[in-house]
Amino acid sequence: MQLRSRHLLGLEDATAEEITLILDTAETFREIIERPIKKVPTLRGITVLNLFYEPSTRTRISFELAEKRLSADTVSFTPATSSVKKGESLRDTVQNIEAMKIDMVVVRHSSSGVPYYLTQCTQSNIINAGDGAHEHPTQALLDMFTIRRKYKKLKDLRVVLVGDIKHSRVVRSNIWGLKTMGASVAVCGPSTLLPFEVEKFGVDIFTDLDKAIDGADVVNIMRIQLERQQAGLFPSQREYTNLFGMTRERLQLLNKNYTIMHPGPINRGVEITNEVADGDSSVILEQVTNGQAVRMAVLYLLSGKKEEE
Amino acid sequence: MTKEKIETLMDEKDIARAIIRISHEILEKNSGAETLVLIGILNRGADIAKRVADKIKEIEGIVVPVGLMDINLYRDDVHCKLDQPVIQRTEILFDVVDRNVILVDDVLFTGRTIRAALDQIIDFGRPRSIQLAVLIDRGHRELPIRPDFVGKNIPTSKDDRVLVRLMEKDGQEIVVVAKSGMKKSPSEIKKALKSGKKGGKK
Repeated sequence: MQLRSRHLLGLEDATAEEITLILDTAETFREIIERPIKKVPTLRGITVLNLFYEPSTRTRISFELAEKRLSADTVSFTPATSSVKKGESLRDTVQNIEAMKIDMVVVRHSSSGVPYYLTQCTQSNIINAGDGAHEHPTQALLDMFTIRRKYKKLKDLRVVLVGDIKHSRVVRSNIWGLKTMGASVAVCGPSTLLPFEVEKFGVDIFTDLDKAIDGADVVNIMRIQLERQQAGLFPSQREYTNLFGMTRERLQLLNKNYTIMHPGPINRGVEITNEVADGDSSVILEQVTNGQAVRMAVLYLLSGKKEEE
Repeated sequence: MTKEKIETLMDEKDIARAIIRISHEILEKNSGAETLVLIGILNRGADIAKRVADKIKEIEGIVVPVGLMDINLYRDDVHCKLDQPVIQRTEILFDVVDRNVILVDDVLFTGRTIRAALDQIIDFGRPRSIQLAVLIDRGHRELPIRPDFVGKNIPTSKDDRVLVRLMEKDGQEIVVVAKSGMKKSPSEIKKALKSGKKGGKK
């Protein structure tokens, strides 16, 4: 069993076998990050460029550590201190860095489709670390990995994605990945934060949180992305919290053995209260630990794949 | 049907006897089982390691910890192959520091697997010693590595394929060699094994 593509652009086209391969491989790496020496020599000689055009704490550090734990050489790029400030284009930037012999590129960008564009103008393996409002495949993979570790399955679990469905790439990747793996998926948010033609996702749609989470196993709460919104999509943060915030009272509606997730960063007191975020059923920090293992698995599985003749 | 040149090297009883002898030799060399830990290389090395541990328990009454190891992440040819090998779990749930580690594998050939395993063990800590036990030594080393305990030494040509089948994974106990020049795929050998279970054709 192998991945079909030499890039990871998204989960929309991924098969259940491919997702299972990545999650199974990640189980191995999860064990490695618990070892006293958290390092294996597998990617020696491979150089990875971390090209983050958008701010990131978790994803970027997670990828950097994953690369280092696999013994890859890494370089990180920050637009603010680069020649992007002098007007150098994305294509020129990447091609120039690639000329210094890069093998893989991990890219985050505010425009959807940038990872695909890079596959067309470079020879490197491209890993999408979030592109605009399109996909964030490694986040969805680590979410699924975390759920699968707890419930030992994904099939037939009820997963509700709450919050800013319109601007969230995490939601898109999660919907496609979870549906492929046979989970039952619902989305819930204010109607102004549901995307156009949301019904085409083929998931249950709610604008009432209490109805959405009734009988759910997993609630994955999305951050309100203030940087991606024009003003006026919801009246006030307080109203949003009242209608869509995850509070202790709402936890009663969930199935026994429920799980609370959040991809971070958290707006405490807006989409989730402190009690819920720090409660016993919250796996938010577990998600972060698992993220490293999943990213190691993705780097490992793609690293052997050279350009097709 | 083409003429098959599959030779049986060991049957069920030969394998059992070899494991008993190896277990005794391990105990003799280490003056008992107190300091021992066993680490089997996946897949079949792990099964053999468990059997050796059972034997040692029978002989000495001491339970020796057994670990499993997947060495694919430490290979030297990861980037030469087009497809990445599927990684399995490494389970070493004990401390190797200051222990006598017995590394167990089914077939010793080029020595590259053992090199990878040695590197991996040392990443877990500094053992007092690492000793190597194998069921079959077929020669053709490409690295300066030698076994401490051997079930059977057999002369092979470099292109031969030696196959160990064990009850745990394969439902049969046999060691065969498929002679070179036949260019057999593993599935063909499996088929041949099924049709002529005992003895094979000489």
